[in-house]
Amino acid sequence: MDNHISDEFIKRFGDDNYSYELGNHVVVSSPQNLIRDLTILKNEMDFIMLLDVCGVDNQSRSEDGSRFESVYHLLNMENHHRVRVKVPAESEQEIPTSSKLFNVANWYERESWDMFGINYQSINKERLLTHDDFIGHPLCKDYDYNNPQKLSQSREIKFESTSSNSEQNSREWINIGPLHPSTKGTMRIMAEMDGERIRNSKLEIGYFHRCFEKICENRTYEQIIPYVDRLNYYSAGLNCIGWCKAVEDLLEVDIPDRAKALRMVLAELSRVSDHLICIANNARDIGTTTNFWFCIEAREKINTIFEKLCGSRLGFSMSCIGGINYDLPLGWISKCLDIVNSVKKDMVEIDKLLTKNKIWMERTQICSMSAADAIEWGYTGPCLRASGVNYDIRKNRPYYFYDDVEFEIPLGINGDCYDRYLVRMEEIRQSLKIVTQILDYLPAGDIRLENIDYSKIDNKEIYSFTEGANGELGFYLIPSKNSNKPYRLKLRSPCFPIYQSFNKVVKDQLLSDAIATLGSMNVVSGELDR
Amino acid sequence: MVSKLDGVETTVFQNEIEILDDFMIATESKGFLNKIRSWSQANSLWVLPFMTGCCSLEYISAMRPKNNMNKLGVEDIGVSPRHSDLLIVSGTITEKQVPVLRKVYDQMAFPKWVMAIGSCASSGGMYRSYHVVQGISRVIPVDIYVPGCPPTPEAIIEGVLKLKDRIKNGITSVWEENNG
Repeated sequence: MDNHISDEFIKRFGDDNYSYELGNHVVVSSPQNLIRDLTILKNEMDFIMLLDVCGVDNQSRSEDGSRFESVYHLLNMENHHRVRVKVPAESEQEIPTSSKLFNVANWYERESWDMFGINYQSINKERLLTHDDFIGHPLCKDYDYNNPQKLSQSREIKFESTSSNSEQNSREWINIGPLHPSTKGTMRIMAEMDGERIRNSKLEIGYFHRCFEKICENRTYEQIIPYVDRLNYYSAGLNCIGWCKAVEDLLEVDIPDRAKALRMVLAELSRVSDHLICIANNARDIGTTTNFWFCIEAREKINTIFEKLCGSRLGFSMSCIGGINYDLPLGWISKCLDIVNSVKKDMVEIDKLLTKNKIWMERTQICSMSAADAIEWGYTGPCLRASGVNYDIRKNRPYYFYDDVEFEIPLGINGDCYDRYLVRMEEIRQSLKIVTQILDYLPAGDIRLENIDYSKIDNKEIYSFTEGANGELGFYLIPSKNSNKPYRLKLRSPCFPIYQSFNKVVKDQLLSDAIATLGSMNVVSGELDR
Repeated sequence: MVSKLDGVETTVFQNEIEILDDFMIATESKGFLNKIRSWSQANSLWVLPFMTGCCSLEYISAMRPKNNMNKLGVEDIGVSPRHSDLLIVSGTITEKQVPVLRKVYDQMAFPKWVMAIGSCASSGGMYRSYHVVQGISRVIPVDIYVPGCPPTPEAIIEGVLKLKDRIKNGITSVWEENNG
């Protein structure tokens, strides 16, 4: 099947522009041909979802060739192939914007301009992650990462008047600002209200931008592991596994069986932890504090089992490059199975209080998202499955032992908050089922590889992806020659495109519905702002 | 009245006056009214949680029934600056967040205390970069630092207990020192 796809690429783009490395298809394009190539990929070859747009600074990498590069990643949901389109660009050269073809490209291009200064035509040149008084483009190689800049005043609320004068007088501008229980201190929504309905809204992010990508260019591959753990801090194990898998795929090494099985156990327990706290936050924003504490109590049991394993409740870095750090202590497996049974009983209680509750159903059956819209806005993960699209990396491109265990993928119908809640509840049960299956048949043997040799890295790049708790967690990694530090690391975070569609979802809805929707999207700012 | 229960000396109160006597001996600040003031401030610290990052999860764990910071008087019923005494900052603070943090601190009413949880709030943590403030003491005056990445809920409770000791012993908050 790969040969068939490769032939089709060569037929449409030419042999010079196409290559296949490390499981990724790569097409080289140019600013003049970009829109034509993306249209061919979307309409004729069925690459319907745009996953990521990022920039690369080639200054320290090669003398000849262009200064910058703009890299697009696309996904075909029928045959599960991914393609990378690279467009070289000089500084000040204009690249056409792809936001007319793919709605989701807007924020990605704004971020690429913010970080590098790559000039996309006709985008709103407002800072996305850094603040408004920032001078310079931080991810360029000649910007010192230790060079702070201060901000004097927050951005003001301003909406252009699009309606007549009488309507204008009845509109009010409010600020659902960073310090709000539902935005968790890191997101800002500016809304133009007409009574209780939101007519227009603008989003501001970047309050938690900790410069993860710039710091990682100065750290070795092992030193990046604590930074990666704190990206999606609700489910720390999944990020660590995604990063270690990216480096292992780049080096083309295979880890032992026992390490794969243990990584799956940690991944599924982290996924349960993430879904529980998402439901807890959603419930607390809507008003039920009892369910908040029930979910937190269930999550604490999982924290204790992690503490018995490695001593840390959050931010545990159990995976290392080449396997797992330490083997299981004595008696851990039986304690883990006890806690899994206990969490299953807690799920029955949470279910009884919420699922058939009339108030919960009326408060959450709002703001639905159709399947076509979800794919257009780049949704992945539980939010996409709640809209009815059957897409999960664990089933479609299985890695480790996911094709040997039995589990099901729950799907929703309408794509509203109630469906997202039901999908997350069922995914918790399926994850606990996977954990019991693996712990019954744990393979014996080594837990890590002995020597990792970084000297064999050539001029290769990789885009490696795993199923995170919110969706597809991807790492686009470019290694640097003669060194064990990365040259460029881009994280494809799953909640970035989901939060971008918030303006569209919430238009003409009530304010309290907007708060309920925000809770169900599970926007984690460590991942959103990096 | 001192009694022995299983060989351990305990105090048993007979009426309200004895409770007040014990308080005046225990707290070392001078003046009867000052003692009442310190006792009441220390035992009802209402919290404004400025939660941005990973340490917020450990703060939530410290409030759960098993660890129960509510028994120390710490409540977070309303998220309003005017109602609260203690500002708990947990998580990394970035340059974009500085005007917001300063505005919230200025809106709180006197007397007020500040507690910084975690290493990111105390000193920038492991993020030394162009957008992260290297410690919130560059923005607002801080009374108590709780180190850790993240600190366990027990460490957060110890931070609150240390703050209560300071208040009962009459040590003024840093805001009072700066503003007379």
